[in-house]
Amino acid sequence: MNAENSDLRGKTEVRSEEGAPLTALRAGDPAAFERLVREHAPRMLAVARRYLRREDDAEVAVQDAFVSAHRALPGFQGEAGLGTWLHRITVNAALGLLRRKRRLERETSLEDLLPRFRSDGHREAPGLPWVESRESRLEQEEARRKVREALDQLPEIHRTVLMLRDIDGFDTGETATLLGINDNAVKARLHRARLALRTLLEPHFGGGSDA
Amino acid sequence: MTCKEFIDILDAYLEGGLTPEQRAEISAHLHLCPECVDYIDSYRFTIRAARDCCCGAEDPVPTDVPEELVQAVLAALKQDPDRPS
Repeated sequence: MNAENSDLRGKTEVRSEEGAPLTALRAGDPAAFERLVREHAPRMLAVARRYLRREDDAEVAVQDAFVSAHRALPGFQGEAGLGTWLHRITVNAALGLLRRKRRLERETSLEDLLPRFRSDGHREAPGLPWVESRESRLEQEEARRKVREALDQLPEIHRTVLMLRDIDGFDTGETATLLGINDNAVKARLHRARLALRTLLEPHFGGGSDA
Repeated sequence: MTCKEFIDILDAYLEGGLTPEQRAEISAHLHLCPECVDYIDSYRFTIRAARDCCCGAEDPVPTDVPEELVQAVLAALKQDPDRPS
């Protein structure tokens, strides 16, 4: 097990769902593992795509994730559902790939996307209250597309912290461990990422927009 | 408290991580500043929108996976020097 995945066993919170398949998997049954790959690869690919913008990178991450899972299976006690366990392994694999490509090291400035203030501490151009479309499914899907596009505009490190915390539901400590940074750095980056995302969404959801 | 000071600690406020004195100061600010009340709403909206844009029922999860990927995974497992025996 490599360093990136060294915490896979200890950090998994769990419920047992898959009794019999697990026995076969732990026994090293190749057919059982192939079934596991076919069943879980689609969801794992979707998770990897969120972190890695290129399809070929996402596929490499899924492949890495299955190799890590295969190595760790003998120690997997089934306390967590396999899906939950594989989800975490996939996130780890995606982060490992981002690290290998040094994409998490590039600190791009977010200053242009942070709120601006006048000298008296009031916000410049505060805008109108936001309007959330609750109408047709198509409009909701359009809104979701705009949010995904805005997320893609965030610098990699901020986007990654936001996905770990707000989308994948890891807590501050888990996120810090996954990224190899301290809790305060996670909190600071998350706050700036949310502020920046809010700025990017304002043209679409701020009062008076047509979103 | 100014709007800037409030927004600087907004995350900590939403997560309940401030002292009672700081929270009282924020409450007093929000009472006088409708723009910051709107800002909190839009900030919460942003967090919710990020979560919902990737986790909804319409999430673009493929129903199928490329056969090449399945075969690549199975080949990688066979070649893995650290595979369990």
